[in-house]
Amino acid sequence: MATVKLSFSPAPVHVRTARLVGVAVARRAGVREDLLDEVRLAIGEACTRAVALHRQYGLADPVLVEMSDGGSYAVRVVDRAPIEAGIGLTALPPDELANESLTDEALTTGVGFALLAGFVEDLQVRPVDEGIGTEVRMVWPVGR
Amino acid sequence: MELSLATRTVGEHTVLEVGGEVDVYTAPRLRERLLELIDGGARHVVVDLGRVDFLDSTGLGVLVGALKRLRSASGSFALVCDKEPLLKIFRITALDQVFPLHPTVDAAVSADSAGAGA
Repeated sequence: MATVKLSFSPAPVHVRTARLVGVAVARRAGVREDLLDEVRLAIGEACTRAVALHRQYGLADPVLVEMSDGGSYAVRVVDRAPIEAGIGLTALPPDELANESLTDEALTTGVGFALLAGFVEDLQVRPVDEGIGTEVRMVWPVGR
Repeated sequence: MELSLATRTVGEHTVLEVGGEVDVYTAPRLRERLLELIDGGARHVVVDLGRVDFLDSTGLGVLVGALKRLRSASGSFALVCDKEPLLKIFRITALDQVFPLHPTVDAAVSADSAGAGA
């Protein structure tokens, strides 16, 4: 099993780097070419969510992305925000999406979760095993 | 690929052509440009996503923000998109039920003009 770890300061500019690395490792692991757009989007959404949480809580800690290819392609995106922040992710129904009272942040969070849930069949959002934070774990099949 | 933004006018409509990647880093520039256009008096805006190769939740949030702003100003907002990967994003988020989506700028402009009775 090969593992690639990427750790980055919680700034939006680095999310693109995480996407590029995540897709490069996915391709190397043997994830089907037609799934790579979804891998790119899902890793981007998970990292965007982590960066937003770190900024919301004023955390300078890095966001961790860990990619491994033991039989399938697994990606973990780990934030260090208080656990309450990671719970209660919900997708928004269509009639609420354009609701005037919905804040931009709530809309983006809801849409981001809808994309994660829609594009990743094997998705888990759970507290980290040690310390404070949440882990978004995504798994894709490899086609070799 | 970096974000690119170009504006042109088609009749009463302001068409914003967007290219490259719209994500958490670049979406604020898209938001600023849309606000400039709307604050500058544009009331019928069409955003052409034809050259966008990546769009995330932040970018979608900016587009919804523009839709709401124009709606409250009695204006109109439509998107041009014919790429299946992007259309899938709109379907999964149910935003295909929120935005008027058209395959070409001409289709967006004529549908909007007909709808507005112009």
